[in-house]
Amino acid sequence: MVGIIGYGAYIPKNRIKTSEIARVWGKDPVNVEKGLGVIEKSVPSIDEDTITISATAAKYALKRAGIGPEKIGAIYIGSESHPYVVKPSGSVVAAALGCEGELRCADYEFACKAGTAAIQNVMGLIEGGYIDYGIAIGADTSQGAPGDALEYSAAAGGAAFILSKDNKENIVTIEETLSYTTDTPDFWRREHQHYPQHGGRFTGEPAYFKHVGTATEMMMKRAGITPEDVDYVVFHMPNAKFPMTMAKKLGFSKEQIAPSLVVKEIGNTYSGSSLLGLTAVLDIAKPGEKILMTSYGSGAGSDSFYMTVEDAIERKRDLCPKTWEMVHEKRYVDYATYTKYRKKILMR
Amino acid sequence: MRKVAVIGVGMTKFGELWNSSLRSLTIEAGIKALNDAGIGGEEVDAIYTGCMSGDMFVKQGHIASLIADYGGMLPVPSTRVEAACASGGLALRQGFMAIASGMADIVVVGGVEKMTDSLGSQTTGYLALAADQEWEAFNGATFPSLYALMARRHMHEYGTTEEQLGLVAVKNHHNGSLNPNAHFQFDVSLEKVMNSSLVADPLRLFHCSPVSDGAACVILASEEKAKELSEDPVWIIGSGQASAAIGLYDREDICTIDSTVNAARTAYKMAGVTPKDIDFAEVHDCFTINEIISSEDLGFFKKGEGGKAVEEGLTSLDGEIPINPSGGLKAKGHPVGATGVAQAVEAVIQLRGKAGKRQVKDAEIGLTHNIGGSGGTAVIHIFSR
Amino acid sequence: MSVPRFWREIPYRYRLIGSYCENCKETFFPPREICPKCRRAGNIKNIKLEEEGEIFSYTVIRTAPPEFNTQTPYVVALIKLKNGPLILSQVTDCDVEDIEIGKKVRMVFRKISEDGEAGIINYGYKFVLAE
Repeated sequence: MVGIIGYGAYIPKNRIKTSEIARVWGKDPVNVEKGLGVIEKSVPSIDEDTITISATAAKYALKRAGIGPEKIGAIYIGSESHPYVVKPSGSVVAAALGCEGELRCADYEFACKAGTAAIQNVMGLIEGGYIDYGIAIGADTSQGAPGDALEYSAAAGGAAFILSKDNKENIVTIEETLSYTTDTPDFWRREHQHYPQHGGRFTGEPAYFKHVGTATEMMMKRAGITPEDVDYVVFHMPNAKFPMTMAKKLGFSKEQIAPSLVVKEIGNTYSGSSLLGLTAVLDIAKPGEKILMTSYGSGAGSDSFYMTVEDAIERKRDLCPKTWEMVHEKRYVDYATYTKYRKKILMR
Repeated sequence: MRKVAVIGVGMTKFGELWNSSLRSLTIEAGIKALNDAGIGGEEVDAIYTGCMSGDMFVKQGHIASLIADYGGMLPVPSTRVEAACASGGLALRQGFMAIASGMADIVVVGGVEKMTDSLGSQTTGYLALAADQEWEAFNGATFPSLYALMARRHMHEYGTTEEQLGLVAVKNHHNGSLNPNAHFQFDVSLEKVMNSSLVADPLRLFHCSPVSDGAACVILASEEKAKELSEDPVWIIGSGQASAAIGLYDREDICTIDSTVNAARTAYKMAGVTPKDIDFAEVHDCFTINEIISSEDLGFFKKGEGGKAVEEGLTSLDGEIPINPSGGLKAKGHPVGATGVAQAVEAVIQLRGKAGKRQVKDAEIGLTHNIGGSGGTAVIHIFSR
Repeated sequence: MSVPRFWREIPYRYRLIGSYCENCKETFFPPREICPKCRRAGNIKNIKLEEEGEIFSYTVIRTAPPEFNTQTPYVVALIKLKNGPLILSQVTDCDVEDIEIGKKVRMVFRKISEDGEAGIINYGYKFVLAE
């Protein structure tokens, strides 16, 4: 079966507090924080973007995988903030890793689930016998419009996964994966627009909850499990409220979801969101434990995965920085510095 | 090898010369020098002009032809010489070699730079052309930052202080206040220097030479012509040049500029003198740290003691070894290509005893030291009465 | 920097590939065609340099050329690579007060500059303080 042989996470160091953003726009910081469940978010440095985040996470994944870059047969990066609209992020990261040559590559987009879609694609290539190892990455440096609700949570980060089949070195076996897709315009960004638009409250019931809920229920039915069979559940995290509400609705406990809730302190890393929740779980999960992850991408769809943790994880997870360690390695910036890093200042 | 003399000197004022162009500056300095030498253009055998980057600052290449043409010296062979900030000194060396070899009897050596026609933001980039574009400038290094890296290391290894860096500027401004051609003719206090804005830590605005326009010119002659034409020729008794790595990262020791050390060795040997024999020196203080480092590399002080020497007044006009009596690049100004030649002009004026209020007492032997980039090229000349 | 000029140097900038002379056993960065020590007697090969080092000297740039003027203040340092040569690079993600000669650093992959809003993005090596 196909599984994960190496994983890597990367979160930029800078943080801006929800209260600092609220201060600038005259909003009540306590209520904004409580409403979202997010106290601060990650901000990429002025020299970081989706490509640099992807390359960093991928290097960690290679280290944990314990293979040379020349073995990689495919690289797919999912993001909604690819630095180029035309020119793949994947080829730059391939050059950074040293795996140019015979290599399958293209960039993916499906709002926040582009990374999990990339994983499914790489799984297919491996299962079909086309490649032995492939990298799937979900990373973003998304922005929210100044003063908009999304500004409090739109953050930066990413995670990379190297997949392989029937490999004793795999740290996770993917037992089952499925996707649920409909055409639901809850959140979008038109070409040439800097910031996305969203449907306000429409992004809840008919969008996030419908897709994450349906996909997860479909998965539990297909895998023949109930919430009690799962040790960890990971959902896409646009804020802390949505995944916790979803977990409760589906019958999962606070303890099952708590380890993955990095959103509280780094915000919504979009294509990196559920994936960073997964890496946070992999940093602590024990062999034999079960993980259920369902991502969500506006537009809309959800990818669900049911996974078993393998023995190899014990000797691999300490090789690279851990997710919550990175969450806590931070330096604060004020709103002015944040606008400078995010290039919101008109220089001309 | 024939003996070489300087029989005429001339320079424009250095400064922000809005009414002057590259062409007019060159002509102004050239005419002054020819008049000083008492010769006409028709007697000239060759022209060498140092200019770092007319190509970038005023988008004009082929300066050699332009200068011969506008200087009224056609069809004299004309050569433009480039070695970043050592362009002027290198042009002087080319002229020296032309006469020493017997290829020419009278040579015009000029240096010019017109820097203020481009915007300040562009100028920073053009000056950085002297650095390694691929591996220094590309990574965000500016030209001052390279000297800042040297300063920081010199402070770390030898205990050089920020005050000592500042005292170089104070001394040179004082000398410049006595030089009617200097860009800045006012004294500055150490406090003013230490409080000026940081450019690249630890270097502040007042540790850096300014952006200036200007031109300088010397007329060189063979011994025979010198005796014929001049009453007080000044002899170039030593010339040395050496190369070092263009990138600071490729140097063994960034507190020493080994092109200076090597060029100095050649020049001292040719002149048959040692550092102790030098009565004054025009040293390349593009940034004040470089005056300190170079004073050590030229053999005036032990490595690491250049800072202390300034503090103790050893390099003042009335000190043991006056450095930069003209005001140096800091106060006199630094029109890049002109600097090396302007240093020669100062050396000659000092040795003629015509330096007025900034005259070095009993000046018999002088040295000029001109550096390109962060030390990739060094050119040194030794002058004597 | 022009497109082909940057592209030629990608392996060196992205993966810190330098030169190693089999004759004198020295490493160099950036790569060389001729060994600066042995000259023609040298035998140059590509080598992947170690990504760790320590600060040899540093400065803080406060006046920058146009391509870097949105980034000031930033730290430029000479870094002595472990078992390798000196390299000039930026130290990023740090407060300028935290930089000292001797501190350990490690390489990261970052944006170096852009050719304006529409041109290509130049990526390459920078360093961060290592704990």
